[in-house]
Amino acid sequence: MSEQSGKKLGRRQLLIRAGKAGISIAAAGTVSYLLYDAKGPKTGVEDEEHVTLQDFSVQHRLGQTMSIAKGSDRVETLNKAIELLGGIERFVRHGETVAIKPNVAFASPPMLGATANPELVAEVVRLCYSRGKAKKVIVTDNPINDPASCFMLSGIGKAASAAGAEIVLPKAHLFKHTTLTGGRLIKNWPIFFEPFKKVNKLIGIAPIKNHHRAGASMTMKNWYGLLGGRRNIFHQDINTIIAELAMMVRPTLVILDGTEVMMTNGPTGGSISDLKRANTLIASTDCVAADSYGCSLLGLTVSDLSYLTKAEKANVGTTDYESLKPIFATVS
Amino acid sequence: MKIIQARRISQVFFFLLFVWFCIVSTVGEKLWQLRGWPVNWFLQLDPLAALGTILTTHTLYRGLLWALATVILTTVVGRFFCSWVCPFGSLHHFVGFWGNRRKSVAQKIQLNKYRKPQRIKYFILVFFLFMAAFPSVAASLQVGLLDPIPLITRSFNLVLLPIVDRSVNLTSVAGRFYEGVWVILAIFFTTVFLNLLIPRFYCRFICPLGALFGVINRFAIWRIGKKQLVLRSELLRRVANECINCKLCEKSCEGGCEPAGNMMRISECVLCFNCLDDCEENIISYQTQPSLAGEITNPDISRRGFILSLASGIFAVPAVRLSNKLGSNWYHRVIRPPGALAEKEFLKRCIKCGQCMRVCPTNVIQPGGIDGGLENLWTPVLNNRIGSSGCQLNCVACGQVCPTSAIRPITLSEKLGTDEFAEVGPIKLGTAFLDRGRCLPWAMDKPCIVCEENCPVSPKAIYTQECFNTIRDGILTIKKVSDNTIETIEDNLSLGKFATGDYYCVVEGDERRKIVANTENSIKISPDKLFEKIPTGGSKIEVQVRLQRPYVDIEKCIGCGVCEHECPVSGKKAIRVSAEGETRSDDRKLLLKH
Repeated sequence: MSEQSGKKLGRRQLLIRAGKAGISIAAAGTVSYLLYDAKGPKTGVEDEEHVTLQDFSVQHRLGQTMSIAKGSDRVETLNKAIELLGGIERFVRHGETVAIKPNVAFASPPMLGATANPELVAEVVRLCYSRGKAKKVIVTDNPINDPASCFMLSGIGKAASAAGAEIVLPKAHLFKHTTLTGGRLIKNWPIFFEPFKKVNKLIGIAPIKNHHRAGASMTMKNWYGLLGGRRNIFHQDINTIIAELAMMVRPTLVILDGTEVMMTNGPTGGSISDLKRANTLIASTDCVAADSYGCSLLGLTVSDLSYLTKAEKANVGTTDYESLKPIFATVS
Repeated sequence: MKIIQARRISQVFFFLLFVWFCIVSTVGEKLWQLRGWPVNWFLQLDPLAALGTILTTHTLYRGLLWALATVILTTVVGRFFCSWVCPFGSLHHFVGFWGNRRKSVAQKIQLNKYRKPQRIKYFILVFFLFMAAFPSVAASLQVGLLDPIPLITRSFNLVLLPIVDRSVNLTSVAGRFYEGVWVILAIFFTTVFLNLLIPRFYCRFICPLGALFGVINRFAIWRIGKKQLVLRSELLRRVANECINCKLCEKSCEGGCEPAGNMMRISECVLCFNCLDDCEENIISYQTQPSLAGEITNPDISRRGFILSLASGIFAVPAVRLSNKLGSNWYHRVIRPPGALAEKEFLKRCIKCGQCMRVCPTNVIQPGGIDGGLENLWTPVLNNRIGSSGCQLNCVACGQVCPTSAIRPITLSEKLGTDEFAEVGPIKLGTAFLDRGRCLPWAMDKPCIVCEENCPVSPKAIYTQECFNTIRDGILTIKKVSDNTIETIEDNLSLGKFATGDYYCVVEGDERRKIVANTENSIKISPDKLFEKIPTGGSKIEVQVRLQRPYVDIEKCIGCGVCEHECPVSGKKAIRVSAEGETRSDDRKLLLKH
């Protein structure tokens, strides 16, 4: 800042000062002109970047859509079930990146069965690396309870990392808006998108659980974890949202774990007495078929779960799993 | 190495250590997470926290034994904590130094002189200690409001760290939120900026911990002072350096203890050693003898001031409690973390350090406001609207980290009421109350039960009863029935509205049937269950919605607040937890024992 004495202003100074004043006025005027908005904001809603989840499904193989392995050891039944569908090599190719979406909804210990079994998740990771020759495997979910706690207490974080997977927690910047074509509820809604953007394959892993509102929580309900925002309002129309999620997510493979089934108090459980051994593990490329079979382990039928018929109507899969000729096997 | 360089290294080291402990107070097993880091160490070194809780509870809670080490070391070497360890002190030291570095020597000497108001900190100390000391009146531990270690701990953990972490998300996926902490921020920055006015403003005038050290300092074996020159001959004595009263030693004096003056103020000396470094005549030394110039060992407080602050302290607690927040007027939203002591005992221990709020993995523990009473300020309170999921069932982190056991270090078995605690049952934080005027199935005939789904108790504390309500304009007139399709006279039905799986229809005297689809003028029922007796045209059919209406079983509810957190009625929640029924206090019980 310059200091000026009390001297009289000369002509030269006056001109300089007038010039500066002119520039200031011109600058203010230009900015005002450029930013002038005669209409005001339209709706108050910002235009979000819209994304669409890619289709992760693999080519259909007749007679190898669904397999059901019986046995008490998840690692063995999993290997058997996948082998029956043509092996992990059918689903994961050399150098691919795989996303695994287990149910990690609750901060609850593995023995209570409210979340996907950590050993099962780890085995899928191992298979992707060892036989599938995957380049990278990520394990991710947007849980209901505190995300970091869910991955820690469920044991999934540790087991999956030990098997070489990267855990991706649902940070805010990983969500993007989407609109489901033909959907009624998923309109301009944030989904957990970024982790799935650059992967080649998607595998869902879910336990079979009782769910008071939806009837049952299985592989289709598992995609709820991809929703962001205030997703709880969709409970008003639970069947439609589950069906729409199944329309939105086209996985490579789903694994439905009925080794221990949560018969009561779902989907949180909270007690070992809520669980019942059914020693069944289902692998399928058709999540509607997998869930249609899975609900029988809860003593339910397809007509009890409206979302199954809804998804079938939308051509997501078939509720008549018998027509797929599922391959049964028992691991002793 | 000069001693002031050693001091600077020590200050930087302890300051960084403090910041590190703030960062690693995140539940987890990684190197930068909690693991076994002694994150309470600075709070435990704080003799004021120890003394305060000793006065209120007559016990010294385990980790606080570290304070004894501080006291012992202070009585040997003097008030080292202020200039060598205290992270708050180091911050003030640096800002005060940096902000005034351009001033002339004369100005600096003027700046760092002793000021009469330095006695205020002693009054503050006396005030707080007497607030805490008289259980017959009412003991309340409020010293944490101004105790520098809790103050900087909560300022860093609840304000600075969450702001910085927004960009890196190291400590939390979703970012941390703390209600009303702008007050903490304002106080923190005010204390920091006051250093531009007078260096170490807070330390000199306000700090009650410094005051406590000031009192202890009189016993210190080593202290700063002018050297006693012991010289054999008169000749040597003449040529030897003597104090020329240049006052350079007061140029950077951090405590304002006037080493150049006639009387050295021992209680104010924060042991910065700047005088030792600045004295060109080598007169100032760190020694066991009293200063040659004489010294004032006691704090500069008058008897009148002492008695006034003592009396105010004793008077303050009953005055604050006139609101009866500990009695019938208790505030129902003061929901304490699991393991918190009964309110009176709790207030005897909580130093408002915010460690529980920092460590809580779900971010549900919040600094309390004054609507729960003045004493409630910055004490831990659960707010289920903030954070990731109410109080997490399988977590006891807050009690493990609490440095004073205001929240007891409970085990999971005790919290959940399992194993040896099966008979006592789980710890209840409060009770969830349904607001039927806001609840979707109760007030709006919309299916929902998100609260039931998320209730983590087994069997669930939230249960439902099924009912079928005829919807608005839901009585229709049948035109014709063919197979599973019912044509209606009305032709203004909303297309597909009844196809969600939640709608049913019933003809009088017949069973209820599930609707699977509808057009503007027809309804399709599930083909699994067709009419045995086809209804005739002109008869009425009712469209009903199936509702599962939630109820709270107060014998099962533990008040964890997950239901409140998840309730989709997002403004004022339709299910809310309040502290009635909390285990910790008998006088807030709600249920009769069987």
